[in-house]
Amino acid sequence: MQRRILSTVAAATGILALTACSGGGGGGGDTDARGPITIWYSNNAAEISWGEQMVDAWNADHPDEQVTAQEIPAGSSSEEVISAAITAGNAPCLIFNTSPAAVPGFERQGGLVNLSDFPDGDDYITARSGELAEQYRSDDGGFYQLPWKSNPVMIFYNKDLFAAAGLDPENPQLSTYDDFLATARTIKESGVAPFAINPAPTSEFFQSWFDFYPLYAAQTGGTQLVEDGQSTFDDDSGQAVADFWATIYSEQLAGNEQYQGDAFADAYAAMAIVGPWAVQVYGDDVNWGAVPVPTENGTDAADTWTFSDAKNVGLFTACDNKGTAWDVLKFATSEEQDGAWLEATGQMPLRQDLTDTYADYFAANPAYQLFGDQAARTVEVPNVSNSVEVWQTFRDGYSKSVIFGEEGVDAFLSDAAEQINGLVAGN
Amino acid sequence: MTAIVPGRAGRPEPDPSTGSGTGSGRRGRAGAPGAVDAESPARRKRGRLLGKQPLGILFSAPYIIFIAVVFAYPVIFAIWMSFQDYFFAAPGAQVDRPFVGFANYVTALSDPAVWQSFGNVGIFLLINVPLTLVLSLLLATALDRVVHARTFFRVAFYVPYVSASVAVVAVWLFLFSNQGLVNAVLGPLAPSPSWLVNSALAMPTIAIFVTWKGLGFYILLFLAALQNVPKELYESVSVDGGGRLRQFFTVTVPGVRPATVLVLLLATITGANLFTEPYLLTGGGGPNGASASPVLLMYQKGIEQQNPDVAAAIGVILIIFVLIIAALQRRFVGREES
Repeated sequence: MQRRILSTVAAATGILALTACSGGGGGGGDTDARGPITIWYSNNAAEISWGEQMVDAWNADHPDEQVTAQEIPAGSSSEEVISAAITAGNAPCLIFNTSPAAVPGFERQGGLVNLSDFPDGDDYITARSGELAEQYRSDDGGFYQLPWKSNPVMIFYNKDLFAAAGLDPENPQLSTYDDFLATARTIKESGVAPFAINPAPTSEFFQSWFDFYPLYAAQTGGTQLVEDGQSTFDDDSGQAVADFWATIYSEQLAGNEQYQGDAFADAYAAMAIVGPWAVQVYGDDVNWGAVPVPTENGTDAADTWTFSDAKNVGLFTACDNKGTAWDVLKFATSEEQDGAWLEATGQMPLRQDLTDTYADYFAANPAYQLFGDQAARTVEVPNVSNSVEVWQTFRDGYSKSVIFGEEGVDAFLSDAAEQINGLVAGN
Repeated sequence: MTAIVPGRAGRPEPDPSTGSGTGSGRRGRAGAPGAVDAESPARRKRGRLLGKQPLGILFSAPYIIFIAVVFAYPVIFAIWMSFQDYFFAAPGAQVDRPFVGFANYVTALSDPAVWQSFGNVGIFLLINVPLTLVLSLLLATALDRVVHARTFFRVAFYVPYVSASVAVVAVWLFLFSNQGLVNAVLGPLAPSPSWLVNSALAMPTIAIFVTWKGLGFYILLFLAALQNVPKELYESVSVDGGGRLRQFFTVTVPGVRPATVLVLLLATITGANLFTEPYLLTGGGGPNGASASPVLLMYQKGIEQQNPDVAAAIGVILIIFVLIIAALQRRFVGREES
């Protein structure tokens, strides 16, 4: 009997292996140290292409400070890989794929260098990004991330499906909630696609960035989910946005089941909420158009805000040659390299006066002009403690109330606001 | 434990519990009568510590080290973590990780999502474990008697087990999605909301999926056990006029009881570790947490949200949960075996 109990215990120990990670390793170096460094960049083809040319250009002029680059290692998410690398002490010097939502966590881990500690740190960041940079400043006033690039999300629509449904594909009625709903109902009733729009209805913490949050940013003229340590969404604006999406789901204008694949590319839905990265992805396969996200009463495109879907650059404490890393970071975000980035990927550098600086590019690529204009009015995820938990709490309530209709929108907004206030306060 | 009988030193009685007295016997033969009594207390203590065959430790060392490093250390570390205000930090980072007593357990148990996840896994086990047991025993018995295409059938049941969950989940999504094959066949009888977004059906659907996927392994366990059931017993029942059904209940079921206990235990532990299926099949434990498992929550809290201390507390609670179920199973199913 005792032997069996012991064997039971031994077998059950596997359950806890998931939590058993610990730290180790080391790192150091001051902000002046120079020498070779390593960097990671994203693993999509366009970004790799840009990264390779950037590294080649740097290495050609800096034989003693060579950069070794690689794609970010595979994992279920970049944030998990980076967090593990910080803990293990083997993070590279720079990662050109750092999610702003994860930065407070990385900061708490002691994994990020405060870029404001460099003599020209603050000046460089604010000069490049202008007022947008302030959204990325941490509670202690420092910048633990360099605002790099954004993908301001907008409504993509399939012109062919709109035409087939009897809608005007060149002048879609999508600016107010009533217009949007009427258009969506027409699409659904016409049967040209199973759904009018189909944002992912799954429970991951980040999914609200592609349904609720862009519309909330537009409805409020640029308010973050949390400001000054308090949640903001339990108000008329939050109610209007949540009611809008609840109507979409209750009328089955969007599916509440995960779609395997790209719903927009597969004509499973006639609209999508995506950023300019999608321009290259859909290319000529879909006859698409883009408009700003709707607001309750309609907002002029020139005044509409949205979610940034930004990725930034972090400089990690494990880096030995931080002086070189800072120089490479400035080189990679210089006007010349930002231009190369724009050409290679179509994603927007978080740079003030973007459309003026690269006027030739936007003239030659009018499809991106709208995104270039929109990039100046983007809202970032709030830079607060427990950021990911805040978003998971919001998503859980949103899922229950808006997607599955098991709870009233009022209760969801007030409950989520209360819980999130507690999380932001560190409770 | 080998008994050494005074006055018969060197020729100990064989221990009926182990059926062996070899170790002491060899020691006795090597020395003169009375040699055992002449052993120093220190030597006897070392002998008890190292066992009868010290060399065995050398051979078992790799496994012991493996268990210690991969299982025992993580468990002890996780238990320790669950009592600290712990988070992962960069090497050399000055962080404070104070002892917080049961605070992480209070946090975990105050979270309705944690209770819901344990309820979910309870539903899962109630469906998965009996279904696994019954189906694998029935199929193993049938496969044991198959004469033609025996290998084909065995492989057919085993293939899902060795297939990657990610690939197999895609097939089930094709079958059980709103516009999937199952609903197309059911037509107006299809549930609404559909299987994987129905809070009442999501977990049972996952339980059936996991049962189907793991069945091959448990069939193999029962097939191995069936080889040890004496064929004469079947003949005896047959001579007494017992049919197939009676043979099954009077010979097969008692004959594979050790394997049954093992299958129960493994199915319970595997079920309690449920992660991949809700993560992939129901979009992260949906709808609205109806298929979230404790391990999925551990992943969310420990890895995504960087609260490994609370995740560790959930893990410890999960271990206790599994041990209670295993103990109940032992009490009601495995007692006669011992």
